[in-house]
Amino acid sequence: MNAEALFLAVFLASAVEAVEATTIVLAAGTARDWRSAGYGAVTAIALLAVIVAVLGPALTTIPTAPLRLVIGALLLAFGVQWLRKAVLRAGGVRALHDEDEIFRARLEAARQAASHRVGAVPDWYGFTLSFQGVLLEGTEVAFIVLTFGSNQHSILLAAVAAAAAVLVVGAAGFAVRAPLARVPENALKFLVGVMLTGFGTFWSAEGAGARWPGSDAALLVLLPGIALLGLLLAHGLRRRSGSRARGAGAAASSAAEAG
Amino acid sequence: MARRLRAVVTFVDDLVIGDDWRIALGLAGAIALTAVLSRSPVPCWWVLPAALLVLLPLSIWRTARRRS
Repeated sequence: MNAEALFLAVFLASAVEAVEATTIVLAAGTARDWRSAGYGAVTAIALLAVIVAVLGPALTTIPTAPLRLVIGALLLAFGVQWLRKAVLRAGGVRALHDEDEIFRARLEAARQAASHRVGAVPDWYGFTLSFQGVLLEGTEVAFIVLTFGSNQHSILLAAVAAAAAVLVVGAAGFAVRAPLARVPENALKFLVGVMLTGFGTFWSAEGAGARWPGSDAALLVLLPGIALLGLLLAHGLRRRSGSRARGAGAAASSAAEAG
Repeated sequence: MARRLRAVVTFVDDLVIGDDWRIALGLAGAIALTAVLSRSPVPCWWVLPAALLVLLPLSIWRTARRRS
């Protein structure tokens, strides 16, 4: 995996999480207080940076084979979940992630809570809402930075890619002061799910002692293969729900004619 | 302390195991099989992709059937 591929993989995965975190910070800022929401987001990002700075160097001292086995297995389990949810959403089985709807629900909840000042934070509720949202979504970003970065012995580059994604998405969200609903989140999640599953499969098999035919070039077959599997599954689900809807429609019109 | 520990366990469970524990278990078994086969002359790189090819469709169809 070269530096460009590492940067792109971490950037895309981090951007998806950053969109969700931005929605929460925007809700906290709009409904409560922008300064408190900002403090909450910055505190969470600082805490995540400390976690990466502490765990990163420690991970790079672990020998490559066991590191690839553990990190690859975690990445694979994590990636398969992303892919599975993205396929279920694309196939119409799960509701699509709607940032507008999430924003409205967060806004409503935030408006009803009582306000009180704690130290330099004007609104404690706004601070904790923003802090928790960024920390929760950001932990997944930290996980991706640590797994990809330690495997490629380039945690700094992975951290720079994640920071770039957070800056781009955060700036876009702050500029429009609205949830980034136009971002094709499910398509991005599908893509990231394919990447995490592909790299997780590759690294965990290597860590367990397998030798891939063609070495790193095997990824050029593995990644499109996983993408194809996901697309076929989503297509199958859409066809299934379409034929069920047609079946239900035909049954309803037969019943109406009989009545 | 116990509440925080529970929260950490829940978070890790959500991160690693997620909605379908069967996939996590199946993949763990496939990794173990890869490790066993790697000690023999038999090629073992295909075990994980094959597991994925079986486990992911099974999990998706099971969820789709349950929700319809």
